[in-house]
Amino acid sequence: MASPVPASTAPTAVLRTDGSPSTLEIGGDWSRDRGADGLDAVLGRLDGTEAGSTIGIEASRLGQWDSTLVAFLLRASATLRDRDATLDRSGLPTGLQRLMTLAEAVPEKKGARRAEADVPWLDGVGKATLRSREQLDSFLSFLGETVQAFGQALRGRARFRKRDLLVLVEQAGFQALGVVALINFLVGLILAFVAAAQLEQFGAAVYVANLVAIAMLRDMAAIMTAIVMAGRSGAAYAAAIGTMNANQEIDALRTTGISPVEYLVVPRITALVLMMPLLTVFADLMGVAGGAVVATGMLDLGLDRYFEQAKSAVAVKHLLGGIFKGTVYGALVGIAGCWRGMQSGRTAAAVGEATTSAVVTSLILIIGAAGLFAVVFYALGL
Amino acid sequence: MPSASSPVSVQGLTMGFGDFVLMRDLNFEVRRGDIFIIMGGSGCGKSTLLRHLIGLQEPKAGAVFYGETDFTAAEEAERTRLLRRTGVLFQSGALWSSMTLAENVAVALEEFTDLPAREIREIASLKLALVGLKGFEDYYPGEISGGMQKRAGLARAMALDPEVLYFDEPSAGLDPVSSRLLDQLILELRDSLGATIVAVTHELDSIFTIGTNGIFLDTETRTSVAQGNPRELRDHTTNPAVWRFLHRGEDPPKGGR
Repeated sequence: MASPVPASTAPTAVLRTDGSPSTLEIGGDWSRDRGADGLDAVLGRLDGTEAGSTIGIEASRLGQWDSTLVAFLLRASATLRDRDATLDRSGLPTGLQRLMTLAEAVPEKKGARRAEADVPWLDGVGKATLRSREQLDSFLSFLGETVQAFGQALRGRARFRKRDLLVLVEQAGFQALGVVALINFLVGLILAFVAAAQLEQFGAAVYVANLVAIAMLRDMAAIMTAIVMAGRSGAAYAAAIGTMNANQEIDALRTTGISPVEYLVVPRITALVLMMPLLTVFADLMGVAGGAVVATGMLDLGLDRYFEQAKSAVAVKHLLGGIFKGTVYGALVGIAGCWRGMQSGRTAAAVGEATTSAVVTSLILIIGAAGLFAVVFYALGL
Repeated sequence: MPSASSPVSVQGLTMGFGDFVLMRDLNFEVRRGDIFIIMGGSGCGKSTLLRHLIGLQEPKAGAVFYGETDFTAAEEAERTRLLRRTGVLFQSGALWSSMTLAENVAVALEEFTDLPAREIREIASLKLALVGLKGFEDYYPGEISGGMQKRAGLARAMALDPEVLYFDEPSAGLDPVSSRLLDQLILELRDSLGATIVAVTHELDSIFTIGTNGIFLDTETRTSVAQGNPRELRDHTTNPAVWRFLHRGEDPPKGGR
């Protein structure tokens, strides 16, 4: 309706009360690029109209118009209606009249409009507390369902496609090798660097090998790998399952009689649990190799000497302990990713939130578990 | 040369993917005030043609014109400027799910105008009222029914008072009553806004109720085999494919007409 004519006159709206009946004079070109002045004043004066009177419209000098004029006229009409007065629209162009009729054709549905509630601070705290309780309930029931589904899987009765599992294993295993190698190599290197600077002061530089090897094998390799997997696989699981939920694909699984936990969650957690031990061992090697760079480059230790020392420092219990921890972290990452995905809302933003909270939840669970392991392993003398 | 009186026209348009040609050598003009229907069987490229018209896909050959401007050859900035005068209602509504209905309508107004927030809100309410959604400003798309989402999508398409409105399957997924109401609404909006409408649909009722002009895409010959008012095509076409489409699969009478 609004063709781009550059030469336009300013839009005007004036209320003339000298004649009888009073008229609203509308003129000029109304466009969203050029607002009319004094509209609020006109509406204010309309608000003082006597009940029962009629206001006419004079629009002979009206040029182009768009939604801004319709919106203004509808407000004027509503203002007059509140005063029990009426706006006689017959002076308007037919298109405008029809548009106004259409806008008022469907009455507002009762109770549809929402009141904006101002939530007091304390109320917010209370609601947040209740929500965290709900979160815990949801997590525990998801955990229960998952354990049940694994029970089915162990008896060979869980329904999921073996091919899905193979793809997931490839994604969580082989495709993660590069980033796991890089991160752990650098962590080994940093550990060696920090240790070298201190140990060199009292001529114990050779113990760099002990420190790097034990730290990597016992804790660091498992933790760093788990953090990488939280960012890689945990986030991917939450996003994939969340999107499936948004597309009603989860509902489709349920109505087909397939448990989404068995079909989607079991293979994902299995893939991580299978791959994490292997990745942890790989990460151990990378970390020790990172330390070797510092030992030979900075301390003139020699590769033979470094590996000899490292070998004498570590015991099988360190290696197995690290693998065990890594496996548990892997399960936690899988559970957190799938849980947040299943919980996700149906909007694009909700899937984003699910992905974020999957990573955050994974990290909290990993660090929490690492702390617990530290205490338990110490108490057991491992 | 395309004339200034037709808001949208197409010359020698060939569509396809890679080596595959979907439709070749399409030529048509949409006149101002038309309700132009793109007709054809499933999978013949109706929606793809629509995507070409709004620049979501590039033609293999030929061009789309807006007025006298070659849209296909235009620079990105010029394209955006031309598209700002159009509105699109996508098949599923395609509302932004993390925004309320009012926010959905307001996005274009906020980006492309300097109107104050209150006036933007007022116009958004007006557009929603026009499609019968008064009072639903603060609802999220996920909280309303499919038919309402579709109407909200229409309100969003109209946000900038477009000259050309595109509809992709406007009545898909609607019950007969809602679908008829939507048809009435489209007619009413065309008459009061003076907009031009291009719609992809295979709902015969809609086609005959609202269509004033149209094009038929034929899967067999991979080009358009008929153009004109759908009601006239129904009664006077000599092409068997068009006849069958417009008569719900009935064969044309023997011996020709």
